[in-house]
Amino acid sequence: MSDFLAFAWQHLPALLRGLQYTLLIWVVVVVFGFIFGWLLAVARIYGNPVMRWLAIGYIELFRGTPVLVQLFIVYSGLPNIGIVFTPIVAAMVAFSLNTSAYQAEYFRGGVGAIRSGQTAAARAAGMTRRQAISYIVLPQAMRIVLPQWSNEVILELKYTSIAFAIGVHELMGEAKLIGADTFNYFQIFLVAAIVYFVVVTIFTSVLDGVERRYALRQ
Amino acid sequence: MTTFLETRNLTKCYQGQTVLDDVSMTLDEGEVKGIMGPSGAGKSTLIRCLNGLVPIDSGEIYLGEKRLGDKHTNMDKVRSRIGFVFQDFNLYTHLNVRRNVTIALRKVQHMKKADAEAIAQQELARVGLQDKLEAYPAELSGGQQQRVSIARALAMKPQLMLFDEPTSALDPESVGGVLRVMRELVQEGMTMIIVSHEMAFIQAVADDIVFMVDGRVLEEGTSEQIFEQPKNQRTREFIRGLATEAAGAPAEQDA
Repeated sequence: MSDFLAFAWQHLPALLRGLQYTLLIWVVVVVFGFIFGWLLAVARIYGNPVMRWLAIGYIELFRGTPVLVQLFIVYSGLPNIGIVFTPIVAAMVAFSLNTSAYQAEYFRGGVGAIRSGQTAAARAAGMTRRQAISYIVLPQAMRIVLPQWSNEVILELKYTSIAFAIGVHELMGEAKLIGADTFNYFQIFLVAAIVYFVVVTIFTSVLDGVERRYALRQ
Repeated sequence: MTTFLETRNLTKCYQGQTVLDDVSMTLDEGEVKGIMGPSGAGKSTLIRCLNGLVPIDSGEIYLGEKRLGDKHTNMDKVRSRIGFVFQDFNLYTHLNVRRNVTIALRKVQHMKKADAEAIAQQELARVGLQDKLEAYPAELSGGQQQRVSIARALAMKPQLMLFDEPTSALDPESVGGVLRVMRELVQEGMTMIIVSHEMAFIQAVADDIVFMVDGRVLEEGTSEQIFEQPKNQRTREFIRGLATEAAGAPAEQDA
């Protein structure tokens, strides 16, 4: 046991260095996934037929293929047509594209759950369609989908670990390097798992608090 | 009196079914008009057409000199000066009472926050809910929610108030409080159209009553004509039915 603790202590700084990249990727992915997710949802619900079908095509394509394949296409495929990303940026791009498809579907479900009288009341008060959507419909939809959305966001935090596959030195990448150096794969992956667990637990409880704070009282 | 609103030969169809059939009527400034009739008569559709929430198929609606649906008529602007009270309140569920009342003032009339909140306090005091500013709709009773929704409409300084069965979704004990607020509006001279089954109330406050069946205006007249000497057989039967139903029911009382 004390061997394990000493080992963990020795390699913790490297893992925490990796964790910084994990969190950096995650924050970027959450922000862009949220923005693109809403844009896709709005296009799918309110757009003209062309926009709607583009949104549906995008959503189905990204939900219908593995995220690892998407990651490789962005990192190793796109250079063939002249688009080159560093590994960390490629991971941010691929995960953002992927999660926005899922988030769009959650958001769409939330919008569908809002009673039509809410929009009618907003329009009756003189709001334009756009105002009714942005001040009444979308804020309510966001509150309705908060539990699923938090779930997706936490899932993304764990998904960042596959960025090691294109050579990003995030938490999982660091662990793998240390494993290769020390041949102590079992112990280093165990330490990495504990670090993930602690971080996930912290953010899960933060998001639980957000859910409680903004839950829609119906 | 000047004609405030006029409809000419309105028709509206939903999926092949005629909901409004050749409806013509006028509303003077300061007039209170009651619209009565059995369910499915097109009463709600009619008042939703008046503020453009429901588009009409043919006919014309004039609000003063303005013709609704004209290219030059900004419907959002028109709507912002017509208060609408829904049967099921439709308060914004994610906003507290204060923001329910102020949001259109802020976003539609671009009013300063402090000014909007002053108006909200004033209108909520008028409906007796000045102590509920921070409450969320779900924390209020039906009658309280409806009074907030009236305050929300009044905050916009409407020239016309439309009521779509404002007490139909309420417990009997909440009805009185809502009717009392409406009665005060009548006394202040507000121009109003009220769709309602509250016979005693309509009889007391309406200058004019429109009786509708199957999308048509069957009879129109003063409340005395409609309630005491209805010309039409259907009107007679409907009034008698309501009177039987209302016998023994509580009249206006505190909520």
